[in-house]
Amino acid sequence: MESQKINLETTCPNTWCPGCGDFGILMSFKQAVLSMIEAGTPKEDIVVVGDIGCSSKIADYLNLNSFIGLHGRAISLAEGIKMGNPNLKIFVFLGDGGCLDEGISHLIHAAKRNANITVIMHNNRLFALTTGQFTAVTPKGLKTRSTPEGSIEEPLNPLELLIASNASFIARGYSSRIEDVKNLILEANDHKGFAFIEVLQPCVSFYNTIEFYNERVYYSQNPNLESKETALKLAREWNYNGEGRIPLGVIYKTQREVFESETLSLLPKKEDFEKCLQTHS
Amino acid sequence: MKKDYSIIVGGAAGQGSRKAGLIIAKIFKKLGYFVYIYDDYQSLIKGGHNFSQIRISDEFIAGRREKIDLLIAFDKKTIDLHEGMLNTGGALIFNKNKTPEEKGIGIEADAIVKHLQGKPIMANTAMIGGFLKVVGIEWAVARTVLEKEFGGKDNINMAIAKESYDSLKELIKILPNKKTKNPEYLMTGNEASALGATKAGLDIYYAYPMTPASGLLHYFAEHEKELGVLTIQPENEIAVANEAVGSAYTGKRTMVASSSGGFALMSEVISFTAMAEVPVLFVNSQRMGPATGVPTYSGQSDLLFSINPGPGDFEKFVAAPSNSEEAVIWSGKLLNLAWQYQTPAILLLDKELSEGTFSVSKSIFKEIKKEKELIWNKKGEYGRYKITENGVSPLAYPGTKNAIIKASSYEHSERGLTEEENEGLITAMQEKRLRKFEEMRKVADTSDSIKVYGNKKAKIAIVSWGFTAGAVREVAEKMGLKFIQPIVVSPFPVKQMLKALQGSEQIILVENNALGQLGTVMASHGIYADKKILKYSSRPFSIEELEDRISKATKA
Repeated sequence: MESQKINLETTCPNTWCPGCGDFGILMSFKQAVLSMIEAGTPKEDIVVVGDIGCSSKIADYLNLNSFIGLHGRAISLAEGIKMGNPNLKIFVFLGDGGCLDEGISHLIHAAKRNANITVIMHNNRLFALTTGQFTAVTPKGLKTRSTPEGSIEEPLNPLELLIASNASFIARGYSSRIEDVKNLILEANDHKGFAFIEVLQPCVSFYNTIEFYNERVYYSQNPNLESKETALKLAREWNYNGEGRIPLGVIYKTQREVFESETLSLLPKKEDFEKCLQTHS
Repeated sequence: MKKDYSIIVGGAAGQGSRKAGLIIAKIFKKLGYFVYIYDDYQSLIKGGHNFSQIRISDEFIAGRREKIDLLIAFDKKTIDLHEGMLNTGGALIFNKNKTPEEKGIGIEADAIVKHLQGKPIMANTAMIGGFLKVVGIEWAVARTVLEKEFGGKDNINMAIAKESYDSLKELIKILPNKKTKNPEYLMTGNEASALGATKAGLDIYYAYPMTPASGLLHYFAEHEKELGVLTIQPENEIAVANEAVGSAYTGKRTMVASSSGGFALMSEVISFTAMAEVPVLFVNSQRMGPATGVPTYSGQSDLLFSINPGPGDFEKFVAAPSNSEEAVIWSGKLLNLAWQYQTPAILLLDKELSEGTFSVSKSIFKEIKKEKELIWNKKGEYGRYKITENGVSPLAYPGTKNAIIKASSYEHSERGLTEEENEGLITAMQEKRLRKFEEMRKVADTSDSIKVYGNKKAKIAIVSWGFTAGAVREVAEKMGLKFIQPIVVSPFPVKQMLKALQGSEQIILVENNALGQLGTVMASHGIYADKKILKYSSRPFSIEELEDRISKATKA
């Protein structure tokens, strides 16, 4: 098989902690990439966009085009890449901190305008690379280095936020379920428009949630993917604190106009610089 | 003797005085004059007081005057504020239906509009028509310009203009200029910057609105199809700058613009482009700062910030043109330089240049074309940050077969992988960039970067930059002094500056800021100004004020 010859490894030493959920996401993505290449996507058309944080180190571990940007700005960087060359397949990897704290405005607007990119949010529910501080999705009461008495803020529900922002594809995976995450990535890649996948990712060093997730996750069978009501119901089953079951899988999916194609359709084939100059005479 | 007329057109916001000023300017351009328009308005939408000062001359001009020859007043406030500026023999032209008790030349503007069933705002057309008769412009000349502005000969505006024209008598006669060559175009610095960058191959313009840079966004949006430049308004300046970096990574030439505080929001991205070696042209159209400052007025208080715009050791190109012709050239040059050296470049404008209207020659556009960037030759294994002799690594864009293009904001290896352990490699990568900076310094220190005007043998040299330089040049030439204008301000063209200063015994610096920022830049290269003429009231220097302050400084 053609894909077996493809080398996705780099020489960069992997510095994730042993047992980190990020390994699962890397494996899922590699498998998804091999499937895409097998199905005919040229390898050179795939671009990985990284933020800053453990999640984004993934760009260094993949022998693919990549661009590691600034903290919180990976989505904007990716939107620019897509606008520059709409043929490229863009995968953004970022953490809950970059996505929901520093860069939340970019997330909302990319969803609103239906930018045709796939965003994979590694959700370990705290800042890890900076040695453990609370983020927008840290459960209330969790003791971190910046909240030694326990976080006093209620966590944000990112799926609810994405539904409200009109994202056209919303899904949730769990880093221990490699095959499922791979399939979500492939489905997101096939989706035309903004695709968001939250991957629950235990941080073995600062917030080990493996047992917690293993007990609560289940695969949702949503018969009505275009219904925001159903999507909201699923999104609200778990409030990012202690209670509730945690549904995995595609939560919401719909088709609408894609930002890049609508924008580019405005440009004519032939330009007329002289005509513009004449408006000044 | 040079011909030099100065006209003010003023009214409340929403009365169309700016548009009237532009039409009058176009008529004088048609008569062969150099034109400069100073626009003055406040940060409000209706009411207040707006005015345009139109200067016309048969020689180079760039600056506002305190004295005027004609005042066209749409309302009482304009008369109260500007009547005192009229020269002896000057004339006030006013709307007789709004301010019936005034002395001067009254136009029945509202009555004409009513009689011809026009909209109230068309009173500005009546004011233009009447004015043209007063200054002795032939109707045939006026008509061609007006028809172009109003979209044909059979419309209410044309009828209003003609009826008003015929209702008045000629007071003076401004004849066509035959002395000097007539520049073909009129454009603002924002428009000129858009056109220059487009000529140099601009593909995408990203911006978030902020006065006085918004004119660029409006212009690109309005002319998107003719220019073939995609125009996109993301959610904030940070998104703007990051999206521009993303598009540049794919080989698309991008430009972004904002003003002072909005430019500051892009600071981290400027540093990012230096590390990732991604070319982006940033435009900072300054207002008077700090912070929100005086939003619709002028200042040059961002020079030091623009040449030190982000964290880390890096070089960048910064150029500060003074008028629209220079803006055409330097927006184009900077975009080309950014791509040749894979570096951030900053076009430093200010409110007066961005929104002021200047004469521009058609031939200027021939000086700018798209200069090619260094592209990978497809031999061997591709490394985005290949260590080369001059520090410039060949570019390849995603989608290229047999190339893995890895860019990064982290320090990196030749192939773009994050590097934090290998000190030798980190040093080598810094030194690769240092060699590139050295090349950038060389290319910045050429004769185009510094202009010298006036009496080149004079012992006194006046130095100024940006929009202010235009007015200072006008005054220095008249006073027989040497005038030096650095256009490139980073990397600072030290050799050219020293050459320009040869024979000068005294350096007088003129700047529209409170700290004398160009003085600080020059001092960091061992060049010290003897005197500083500074103005920081958020208004530009007038010609009279410069004459007065420069002559005092040279005598003291």
